[in-house]
Amino acid sequence: MAEALALKDRHQENQIYIERAAIGAVFVALLFGLLLARIGYLQVYEYRDAVSQSDQNRIQVVARPPVRGLVYDTDGRLLADNRPSRDLRLIPEQITDSTRTLDNLSRLLAMTPDEIQRFKKLAERGYRRFEALPVLFDLSDDRVAQFEANRFQFPGLFVSGKLVRNYPQGDLVAHAVGSVRRINDIDAKTLDASDYAGMDHVGKLGVERFYEDALLGQVGYDRIEVNALGRKMRTLASTKPINGADLHLYLNVGLQAAADRALGNRRGAIVAIEPETGGVLALLSRPSYDPNAFVQGISHRAYNLLRSSIDAPLFNRAIQGQYQPGSTLKPFIGLIALGGGTITAFETMDDPGWYQLPGNDRLYRDWNWTKTDDGGHGKVNLQKAIYRSCNVYFYDLAVRLGIDKLSSGLATFGFGTATAYDLPEAGSGLLPSREWKRRVKRLPWYPGDTVNLGIGHGDILVTPLQMATAVATLANRGEFVPPRMVKNRPINLTADLTPFKAASIPRDAFEPIIDAMEMVVHRGNQGFGENGTAWAYIGRNLDYRMAGKSGTAQVVEIRQGEVYDESTIAERQRKHAWFVAFAPIDEPKIAVAVLIENGGGGSEQAAPVAREILDYYLLNQRNEPEKYRLGERR
Amino acid sequence: MSRDFIRQMPMAGDGIGYRQRVFNWFNLDPMLLCILLAIAGFGLLVLYSAADASEAVIRAQGVRLMAGFGLMLVIAQIPPYVLARITPVLYLFGLILLILTYPFGYEVNGSKRWLRIPGLINLQPSELMKVFLPMVMAWYLNERHLPPAAKPLTIGLGLMLLPFSLILLQPDLGTALLVASSGALVLLLAGLSWRFLFRLLLLVVAAAPAIWFLIRDYQRQRILTLFDPESDPLGAGWNIIQSKIAIGSGGLTGKGLFNGTQSHLDFLPETQTDFIVAVLAEELGFVGVVSLLSLYGLLMFRGLLISLQAQDTYGRLLAGSITFTFVVYVFVNIGMVSGILPVVGIPLPLVSYGGSSILTLFAGFGILMSIHSHRRINV
Repeated sequence: MAEALALKDRHQENQIYIERAAIGAVFVALLFGLLLARIGYLQVYEYRDAVSQSDQNRIQVVARPPVRGLVYDTDGRLLADNRPSRDLRLIPEQITDSTRTLDNLSRLLAMTPDEIQRFKKLAERGYRRFEALPVLFDLSDDRVAQFEANRFQFPGLFVSGKLVRNYPQGDLVAHAVGSVRRINDIDAKTLDASDYAGMDHVGKLGVERFYEDALLGQVGYDRIEVNALGRKMRTLASTKPINGADLHLYLNVGLQAAADRALGNRRGAIVAIEPETGGVLALLSRPSYDPNAFVQGISHRAYNLLRSSIDAPLFNRAIQGQYQPGSTLKPFIGLIALGGGTITAFETMDDPGWYQLPGNDRLYRDWNWTKTDDGGHGKVNLQKAIYRSCNVYFYDLAVRLGIDKLSSGLATFGFGTATAYDLPEAGSGLLPSREWKRRVKRLPWYPGDTVNLGIGHGDILVTPLQMATAVATLANRGEFVPPRMVKNRPINLTADLTPFKAASIPRDAFEPIIDAMEMVVHRGNQGFGENGTAWAYIGRNLDYRMAGKSGTAQVVEIRQGEVYDESTIAERQRKHAWFVAFAPIDEPKIAVAVLIENGGGGSEQAAPVAREILDYYLLNQRNEPEKYRLGERR
Repeated sequence: MSRDFIRQMPMAGDGIGYRQRVFNWFNLDPMLLCILLAIAGFGLLVLYSAADASEAVIRAQGVRLMAGFGLMLVIAQIPPYVLARITPVLYLFGLILLILTYPFGYEVNGSKRWLRIPGLINLQPSELMKVFLPMVMAWYLNERHLPPAAKPLTIGLGLMLLPFSLILLQPDLGTALLVASSGALVLLLAGLSWRFLFRLLLLVVAAAPAIWFLIRDYQRQRILTLFDPESDPLGAGWNIIQSKIAIGSGGLTGKGLFNGTQSHLDFLPETQTDFIVAVLAEELGFVGVVSLLSLYGLLMFRGLLISLQAQDTYGRLLAGSITFTFVVYVFVNIGMVSGILPVVGIPLPLVSYGGSSILTLFAGFGILMSIHSHRRINV
């Protein structure tokens, strides 16, 4: 070894090594510098991002849904409450073999094809890691027991309880209260996700929709720390949910049921209003549907059946159904004429049974005109024109008033606009005017149009709710109060609810009209052609004084493209029967509008219904045994 | 010849204190020893947190570290010339063991890296090669003129490629590259011409496409993941994304020991082994990382100093290679964890929980100590 070494240039080798080691050291220093720069970049420059990402990793925000506010009727009976329900939820990440899990589960719980489809869809997605998604809703006790007994087979699946909406009165108040629906993909886009965290339902109709914010309450949160497997480690912070506010409606379930009984199985709508407050005491639309069926998601088949039914049970006739008012419009026209000084209460005219516009051949006939031309009401003043429902008088009166006065006068009773305060779906009806006809029909207003409007026919359309509101205004002697459902004011609504004065109709113009309406009901035993039109049907044995007016509306049309058998067509082409009323006359407590689709004569068909309702409200109510479920106050 | 040895500390001067005599007695370098103890202690602390304060883990790691220090102490007693003399034997022994892995290797994850005599020994021959290869190359070059001429260079490369290929075919690309780099470092320190190195690099670059097709799918995936971890955040990219979040969220001073959420809630993978530096970065922040890197830096400078003071080419090259190889491990591990290198299974030296690599490292430090403490007087 020594020899070999002797031949080597130790000094040079040493120099080479020193040089190489120095270069190496510098190189390593650079590498370490690179590491420090990298880690410094992560820890200083990207610090905030990293902290939020690490928090996102470990912190899960779990929503604590509030309890939806309850809805009571005026006597504290529950209209909408919440019942416990159990869902089957799944966490996609925790399912090891989704095909086998589904096989076993569908066999165990006898899942329907819809449910199987839903499971497949959910098992694939998952927006957030370890989010529990609902697969099966509202499990029966049997299914819960079946599942729990075999739980070990189904990692990633569990039963979770919660409260869901329940409507104890079922279809009776469906159209009055509205309902909640499961939040769908379209809702999800418009709703604020944080407001609805952990919640499956949103108010979709009626009061449930209008007072959604108040009923909803405020979501509480648990901020929990989870590990990478989604297991909860501890709770970091939590906010309690604030339960939704309760609603107390004017609605009177007893009255609603009385209205329902009175209507029987006929199609129609009834709206009753407390004139002083505008509170809706009853709001009925028949046929109806069970809102509970919609809460957990109705099957396509059941839904299509409801939707395609010729009776249109989903259609809210009371607030959306638009009908010609017929003769029920007469008292209002009389009022406008009287208030505006166009006529006096004592003026008479001669009714030969027909009316003719000057310079026009067409005959407008009265309802009691006969071919022998011996009809007509003879000498008629305003009151007789109302209690006998004389068409010719109002043809003439309408023409004398002119369309402009008519139209603007009727508007002050709420016709042509949706005035309801908290019924978001209420329709506005149609109040024709010169301007409207030019704009929509692109035609001038003809005098014949005015003639038709005089008896509530032609283009004019009103909803039963509008009719009841107008009658309440009449009962108030001109004070218009927008109709509303809810008595208490839920905290977050501050809209102005003060009533406003309708029209510039002097107060003393009302009495002759109201007297005439009283005669419609009470004027009897006067001989042929002299009694009130409704007296024979409801005027006897009345313990209170009622003002009323009947009406008959032409059927506008049968929906196009629908084929029905002849008897159906015949039935559906009969006229709609109206009756409006309020009572007692001096201190009105209730105003009501009754509409019976294809019911025929207003006095004959609709008036008895109205009387039953008023009887119940003014006479029987307190004696009736308590049949309805009283809500427990929270 | 052994009589020629006079043991002397570099700065000893006249007054040699008791302590230094004790170190002299055991052939230990107190500086290197202190740095090693500091790193090992620091590492134990981080591991204690990474293992959720598991005493079993700390005990096992403690036992390994003690065994390592013991091994180091034993090797430090062997004079370099003896080491040099047995070097070829060790190298051959290592090669034979490597070859034995083919018929008798114990298969883990589709690769045969381990030799196992149940109840007796559990050995990874490629680990041994990490020490034996630089030894044999230093031994070989020691008797050649430096910088190496073509023939010794070829033979040196051959000595290197033999174990490299054997390990590569086990297959174990990571270890093969590390073993090869420890050999290559010897060549570089011996004065391998830059031109040759440059050509070699060109060759590698030119061969890159071919290499791309030769490596396995998972290896290709790891390289792709390096550049775009977000392409598969819950799969291949998960480790590196979570590791970067852990490091970044540590900030300057960290979340505090035991408070790392990434580490303790299992978002971070392999917290006790390959990704332990992410635990350190999350819990002790940039300050902790700088401290650890400083210790590694000190270790390198001490190692280089030892190599510069070595008495012959064998000691010099070997000490240099051991030192630089160590630093390469550090760089590759931290580079991988912080997302600038692809994921390769290399533990952080002296800190990661793990068996045979600790022994290999301490064997290297034993050699460093031996080289340093068995010097003759400098003339």
